[in-house]
Amino acid sequence: MCNIPLPDAEILYDQLVKRIKADSDKHYALIGIHTGGVWLAERLYQELSASQPLEPLGTLSVSFYRDDFDKIGLHAQVKPSDIPFAVDGAHILLVDDVLQTGRTIRAAINELFDYGRPASISLAALVDRGDRELPICAQYIGSELQLPKEKILVFSRDNDGRFNLDLENKKSVKKGKENMLV
Amino acid sequence: MINRNPQLDKNRILQHLLTTEGLPASILLQILDTAESFVGVTERDVKKVPLLRGKSIFNLFFEPSTRTRTTFEIAAKRLSADVFNLNIAVSAQTKGETLLDTVDNLSAMNADMFVVRHAQSGAAHLIAKHVKPGIHVINAGDGRHAHPTQALLDMFTIRRYKKEFHNLRIAIVGDIMHSRVARSQIHALTTLGVPEVRVIAPRTLLPGKVERLGVHVFHDMREGLKDIDVLMMLRLQKERMQGALLPSSEEYFKYYGLTQEKLKLARPDAIVMHPGPMNRGVEIDSAVADGNQSVILPQVTYGIAVRMAVMSILAGHQI
Repeated sequence: MCNIPLPDAEILYDQLVKRIKADSDKHYALIGIHTGGVWLAERLYQELSASQPLEPLGTLSVSFYRDDFDKIGLHAQVKPSDIPFAVDGAHILLVDDVLQTGRTIRAAINELFDYGRPASISLAALVDRGDRELPICAQYIGSELQLPKEKILVFSRDNDGRFNLDLENKKSVKKGKENMLV
Repeated sequence: MINRNPQLDKNRILQHLLTTEGLPASILLQILDTAESFVGVTERDVKKVPLLRGKSIFNLFFEPSTRTRTTFEIAAKRLSADVFNLNIAVSAQTKGETLLDTVDNLSAMNADMFVVRHAQSGAAHLIAKHVKPGIHVINAGDGRHAHPTQALLDMFTIRRYKKEFHNLRIAIVGDIMHSRVARSQIHALTTLGVPEVRVIAPRTLLPGKVERLGVHVFHDMREGLKDIDVLMMLRLQKERMQGALLPSSEEYFKYYGLTQEKLKLARPDAIVMHPGPMNRGVEIDSAVADGNQSVILPQVTYGIAVRMAVMSILAGHQI
């Protein structure tokens, strides 16, 4: 169906972790963006907390802050946001699977500021597809990937916790599937 | 031709919330799950999300209400909508304007949503049938017919405390006859798979053939409360009483008022609910209302999250 070769998500993840670990003096508080970003942040949290004390892991669902609500409505399975630490003064590392237009990150930053005033916000993404529509960049990425615009890059986690990347055509994906409309 | 549920469009997507009757479990659960996310929002410092920014919501209350109107207003404001409260009893209708003329005039002011409370059963249905596509109607109580957001916040409260619906015995106690809350509760509970719903009331406060709704009828409260997980008390609706249905409120309290002694007949972890406003010493004793099995105030808090969920689900479904 798709002939475009994709890199192994596990290798990209290892590269991402290496780059974040190189900045271990930053003492980030981690926040994963639902759903793929939470999976990544959960594993990242395990690895980073082994060597340094971390704030408990936060999760963010940007459903209530999206700019396409008027077009696609509310996602059928909205997940709650949960920030179990004080955002005021924290150095936050947002974690997401695929960075493309930057609209999800815009929504996430807006939501974070309704919790408090962080000292800084950085961004880690497994894949950067380019095609930005907002002035947003990631401090840490697993890899850059050039893909045709009509393809959707789907990040998933199998039962053993292994990460995967797949390509799908835009129309075959169910409307409003959150982690794919990046 | 199939008689379509007027709340759903041709793709079976919710366009209006008029009654819990006939709504599939999937939609009820979608509302409860969405409300779960809004509880988190209402616990933050900034209790507002930008979801309905720029939308105009009109509260049309043709009948007095403080709690319901206020919680709808708070819900709308926490979604960043603009809210307009119309106290119809003292405005156009007293000058002779019809209900639908009022609605047309407000629609011409670019209303996106109407929240309607009316003494006549079916008023919200009438408005929903009348408005243009893309304008949504929420029934905030119509006559004796339905009060779906109250029932949904009750379902939300039950799920928060009891986790599941399929293993519960639930009793609705009191003035079933005049209660739109009870009707909406019964439909929601049976749709969500509660295996045993009881109604406990004197014969004079039960509608005819209430068993057809799938409930078990008890006239003796002591018998009806046995093994109950959730008690849903109803207010004795004095303003809706016509004729002598009851000898006195003292006598009512003796037989159907919830006291700590009667509560002991239910399961020890049973929760006590009441939609408010309470008549202390009539349908519920103060010791129970303020006791540790009461979840009456959490109901009010959850009511905001549930109404935020309903408004945002409706507003997100454009034509």
